[in-house]
Amino acid sequence: MPDSQRGKLKIYMGYAAGVGKTYQMLEEAHSLKSKGVDLVVGYFEPHGRKDTIALIQGLEVIPRKKVEYRGTAFEEMDAEAIVARHPQVCAVDEFPHTNVPGSARTKRWEDVEVLLDAGIDVLTTMNIQHLESLNDQVWHITGIRVRETIPDWVLQQASDVVMIDLTPRALLHRLQRGVVYSSDKAQRAMQNFFRESTLVALRELALRETAHEVEQRSEGEAVPAKIGAAPGEARHKILVLVTEDPKTAMAIRRAKRVGDFLGAECFAVAVRRLGDLNGLPEAEREAIERHLNFARNLHIETRIIEGIATAEAVVDFARRNQITQIFVARPKERAWPVPLLLRDLVQKIVYRAKEMQIVIVADRGPQSG
Amino acid sequence: MAIETARKTPEDYLRECQAEEAALQQRHLKIFLGYASGVGKSMRMLEEARRRRERGQDVVVGAVQPAVPPEQAAVLAKLEVMPLRVVDGGTAIDVDGLIRRHPTVCFIDGLAYDNPPGCRNRTRWQDVDDLLNTGIKVIASINIQYIAELQEQVEAITGKHVEQTVPVAFIKSADEIEIVDAAPEAPLEHSPSERTERLSKLRELALVLAAEVVDEQLNEYLENHGIHPTFGAHERILVCVTPRANAHEMIETARTISQRFHGEWTVAYVNQPAISDVDQAALDQKLAMARDAGANIEILEGEDPVSAIVGFAQARGITQLFIGHSQRSGLWSRIRGNPVDRLLRLSRGMDVRVFPQ
Repeated sequence: MPDSQRGKLKIYMGYAAGVGKTYQMLEEAHSLKSKGVDLVVGYFEPHGRKDTIALIQGLEVIPRKKVEYRGTAFEEMDAEAIVARHPQVCAVDEFPHTNVPGSARTKRWEDVEVLLDAGIDVLTTMNIQHLESLNDQVWHITGIRVRETIPDWVLQQASDVVMIDLTPRALLHRLQRGVVYSSDKAQRAMQNFFRESTLVALRELALRETAHEVEQRSEGEAVPAKIGAAPGEARHKILVLVTEDPKTAMAIRRAKRVGDFLGAECFAVAVRRLGDLNGLPEAEREAIERHLNFARNLHIETRIIEGIATAEAVVDFARRNQITQIFVARPKERAWPVPLLLRDLVQKIVYRAKEMQIVIVADRGPQSG
Repeated sequence: MAIETARKTPEDYLRECQAEEAALQQRHLKIFLGYASGVGKSMRMLEEARRRRERGQDVVVGAVQPAVPPEQAAVLAKLEVMPLRVVDGGTAIDVDGLIRRHPTVCFIDGLAYDNPPGCRNRTRWQDVDDLLNTGIKVIASINIQYIAELQEQVEAITGKHVEQTVPVAFIKSADEIEIVDAAPEAPLEHSPSERTERLSKLRELALVLAAEVVDEQLNEYLENHGIHPTFGAHERILVCVTPRANAHEMIETARTISQRFHGEWTVAYVNQPAISDVDQAALDQKLAMARDAGANIEILEGEDPVSAIVGFAQARGITQLFIGHSQRSGLWSRIRGNPVDRLLRLSRGMDVRVFPQ
């Protein structure tokens, strides 16, 4: 389908539940409808908020689809029904939602892709903590590992990202007055996710991300070109090393984020050691496969290369492919300093790839204290 | 002045200090920041006034925009409004009237106005400052175009010169800032026009300023609570230079990355005893280059460069540490073990970027 016929995506970005994303989206839905736009609501999550529920009046809501899972009935957005109804614009709440197993697609954002492909414009809501490349930073700030994430490329294809702002103090007031959650849930929320410092930090992330998205859109194609345009300055190419180390995911997210901001290409590379007759232990192979899959889902090109030693193979590959930056996960803590021969992989790469920039990615675990 | 101070007793001073402190603690400014007129700032603000009034707060509107659209007029009709004073054909907020009336909260729609001659202050934001100092809580609105320090950038975008501005320090002194970020034009526009392009740039400026204010608030909050974790919501780069480092690539990369991330960057050097004249000259040249590129320069002291760098980086909430290839080997490693290894061990929460020679 030609790009011009694809639907446009607009995202209402917030930093916590209760800042008013859904409200704003529905207000805009009404305003579009009053201008004669054919609009439906594809999915709406009332959360018991009176003001928001009142706003759904007068809008056409497409009935949800019933999905049965382990004897319980769940309700999900019915993308096929929306496509059949084919409105000009569809409003979809909670973009990062994960569908119940047994649904046609795993994620709501994949359902939204179906709508966009059918040429339907979509309005949707999300919080910053659900952006994949910020997952470690959000973990660091909140102590919570957010599982429902949106790959960055999904956000990047949106034609518009709007920040729905509310000061943390006003949000905490809303929470105390029971506008956002029922009171016992509010108490728990305030002790965890809704601590003021946490909210302030998430809000800053959301503001900066929205500023970046706005900048990308106003500069259009000029972004990568500008980086590569300086005479004599090669465009950046990033390689991220994939191993079985669980911290690889952090390195992949960070490499992707920095790469996107620099307009650089990004490759994820794993090394299969030659002469390793039995191959890798099952668990290790699985971990590497999982990390490569993760990279692919973020739209990073992946490669598996062969070599006798990992560091050597990676650096050779990097040289052959004009890589300018190598991203690696932070090595495990151990007794330092280490004799030359026992250096770990990161040290070996640092010493070998002397003409490249090597980034040892931070371990952004939760704050202690 | 001297006579007056001579008469005061220590108790007077104490009381004065306490009163000042109390006033400072009560001082409360909230700002609605927009990027263009018509994004709905006034309406958002008036809605807040209405809600506060419904909750029983003593609310007075001290200034409205010159032209009030009907939907705003409907909200205003339910609120107490103190009209602007007309002085010499110009208008100014009625500061004395507001101080006498002394509401809990005063709403000022539009901060960037110069007062006509003969008023107590030259500008409206100074009037607001006076209100704040008397303990009146102020909620005010402003567009990004009217921030004094952003004039050059705004002019480059809009081609227009603005006369009446507010210093960014006043905006940053706000306890709360809220951005009104409706997207320009109709939603889901299929081909952005030149106008939306301009508006997008203003939006970006406004979002970044709001983020900066929020960042300062975050640091203040953390400081007041005696904690200084690095939240990393703001990218902060620390470039560590030595006389022999390939500073050019490091500085260029830091500048580009901090620009792309709307972050900030600092170039630091750890003072070494007895470096040669040649090295000193090379270092001076590198620091000058960094300064020209827009970096903050820090000279750190410390017998052990690695601890000096890491200590500084942790205190400043650095998220990315840049070190040069010359630090991959050399003198440090012979004395203290490999510096890259030590840096890595000590800088768990930061990205460490090692640069080629």
